[in-house]
Amino acid sequence: MREISLHILDIAKNSVRAKATLITLGVEVDDAADTLVFSVKDNGCGMSEELLKTVTDPFTTTRTTRKVGLGLPLLRTNTELTGGGIEITSTVGVGTLVKATFGLSSIDRMPLGDLSETVITLVSGSPEVDFVLNVKRGEQEFCFDTAAIKQMLGVSVLDEAEVLQYLTEYVRENIVFIKDI
Amino acid sequence: MKSLEELKAIRDRMQGQLASRDHVGEQDTRVVVGMATCGIAAGARPVLNRFMEEVTKRELHSVKVVQTGCIGMCRLEPIVEVYAPGQEKVTYVKVQPEMVARIVSDHLVGGNVVTEYTIKD
Ligand SMILES: Nc1ncnc2c1ncn2[C@@H]1O[C@H](COP(=O)(O)OP(=O)(O)OP(=O)(O)O)[C@@H](O)[C@H]1O
Ligand SMILES: [Mg+2]
Repeated sequence: MREISLHILDIAKNSVRAKATLITLGVEVDDAADTLVFSVKDNGCGMSEELLKTVTDPFTTTRTTRKVGLGLPLLRTNTELTGGGIEITSTVGVGTLVKATFGLSSIDRMPLGDLSETVITLVSGSPEVDFVLNVKRGEQEFCFDTAAIKQMLGVSVLDEAEVLQYLTEYVRENIVFIKDI
Repeated sequence: MKSLEELKAIRDRMQGQLASRDHVGEQDTRVVVGMATCGIAAGARPVLNRFMEEVTKRELHSVKVVQTGCIGMCRLEPIVEVYAPGQEKVTYVKVQPEMVARIVSDHLVGGNVVTEYTIKD
């Protein structure tokens, strides 16, 4: 992966496949602790303890198009290269939380990349799912919640290209405080 | 600066036009982009977004850009499949953002498949 935002997209796609109806994305840059942490929390089907034990091993997948699952092992490798790691907690029938920590100043850390495009790609791919994005760096914070936007627009899904393009720019403008991280 | 109030105003203005093109109809062309880990790692996200931009810019209301999971040919990602009514499926492989404008103008608008970007057996 060339960007951390692509990992976020990929991990959140696992949540979509797990039939989540609410997916919460968190990104926090902590300059003092020298970390960049992202989290993906969902209310999807969850994983059994057995699956959870082997899930960061590349041969674990419930896909049928191929025999290896790559998303979590790749994320694990890329965080560990920067002195960080991943934590996964999951309960069957309740949901899953994946938390990935990167060393902020590590030379092996890829850039955060286009977080705005990641979020809107998720929304357009699953217009019926609700997404929340929380971004934080020190005192600066931004929260984006598609349920609130749907309510404001009086729609049940966000699937109009013009609206999605506007929202991409809207999110981008509001997270400039983590731009080029 | 973009604001949600402005978004609401824009959408209210669009409402009339939108009602008529809500659902994926029989006569729609579908552009399907593979968005599993293999596709995402190979660069599918910007490809998908270039398609969405081009299609909105040209107001191609009968073209729907949709995402799918793993298409099953990971080394050829990013993969884009085009399903046009009455035509066989066309599979574009190793698609890069620079290739999108041409697929849209030649194939989606002009009806001519860009064979140099398609899968070779
Ligand atoms: N949020 C989640 N909820 C439920 N199950 C999950 C979740 N995330 C991962 N899993 C399970 O873990 C498996 C491995 O996930 P991983 O992302 O590593 O690979 P994959 O999604 O199967 O394939 P790939 O990511 O390569 O496209 C999945 O097949 C799925 O069974
Ligand atoms: Mg995955």
